[in-house]
Amino acid sequence: MNPSDNYAPPRVLVAIPAYREGKSIGAVVASIREKFPYDVLVVNDGSPDDTSSAARRAGAKVLDLPCNLGIGGAVQTAFIFANNNGYDALVRIDGDGQHEIEDIPGVLEPILAGNADAVIGSRFLGETRYRSSIPRIFGIHFFRLLVNLFTGYRVTDPTSGFFAINRRLIEFYSSHYPSDYPEVDAYILMHRLGARTAEVPARMHARTEGKSSITTFDAMYYMVKVTLSFIINAIRRIG
Amino acid sequence: MNRVALLSVCMSVALLVYILEMVRRRRLREEYSILWLAGSLVILILSVKRDWLVWLSLAAGIAYPPTFLFLVGILFIILILVHFSIAISKLHQMNKRMAQELALLKEDLKEDASG
Repeated sequence: MNPSDNYAPPRVLVAIPAYREGKSIGAVVASIREKFPYDVLVVNDGSPDDTSSAARRAGAKVLDLPCNLGIGGAVQTAFIFANNNGYDALVRIDGDGQHEIEDIPGVLEPILAGNADAVIGSRFLGETRYRSSIPRIFGIHFFRLLVNLFTGYRVTDPTSGFFAINRRLIEFYSSHYPSDYPEVDAYILMHRLGARTAEVPARMHARTEGKSSITTFDAMYYMVKVTLSFIINAIRRIG
Repeated sequence: MNRVALLSVCMSVALLVYILEMVRRRRLREEYSILWLAGSLVILILSVKRDWLVWLSLAAGIAYPPTFLFLVGILFIILILVHFSIAISKLHQMNKRMAQELALLKEDLKEDASG
């Protein structure tokens, strides 16, 4: 290894999976590019609207999936891109403006310092009080318990889609990442890898545009699917 | 041969011939034909060999032997469906990979064209 490599600034990719986010994606991309020197990648998950062109206009690199793969498949495309292009860290953030851009350094800093493999932004840490519906709170408690039971990780916000990962997890996730509702599942993968995880406080805004895509049926499916994959993953070989 | 046996011989022969013909015309891949062929062969044999059917159904505790034919049929259908679920999962995975690679390649092409 060339000694000067140690002084090269780390290459960070901010990855935004987007489906029908044409109204909000431009502002999110623009504000990230304005505040940080990082590359911004939008993975357009087969949106029928102008998500792709809006993201491009705001200066993001855009990958257009030819069909809708769902959130896990879209995020994994970003992992593959980061892996192929040798990024040192990846921050995943939503394209609807719900995640606070200012919190990016918070999730990134422990990764760049080499203190964690994954840092997850939690709505439930710190000052900000996140308001949620009763089924959602129930779901979150259920997943917290599940994650703690199977992995020993103590997490407050197991479904958070705002996180940063290092090179090691970028490489692993580019070949293994759950297709749908991947965040909770990812904990068991990280546990099996012996990854070091940490949570940091993150603010969460009300959505600026559009509606949450989760319906009651989705929520039930989510819980069943995640529980099943926790049990399966506990007995499956990984590699 | 009683009527139930005759009916099941006719149906299993028809299925056997149909599946073989589909494979011959390459409308059905060999790997997806194996379970269909095995199922229709087993039913055909048990319909012709009445004494085997009686022996097997008694061993399984079934009083009316033709019922055993239904059981065999249902078992093969279950096997075939499980086989399909596995095949679909594999296709799903391949399809996802290809969509991802396609998105990455399109971006590479654009970059080559502009730079």
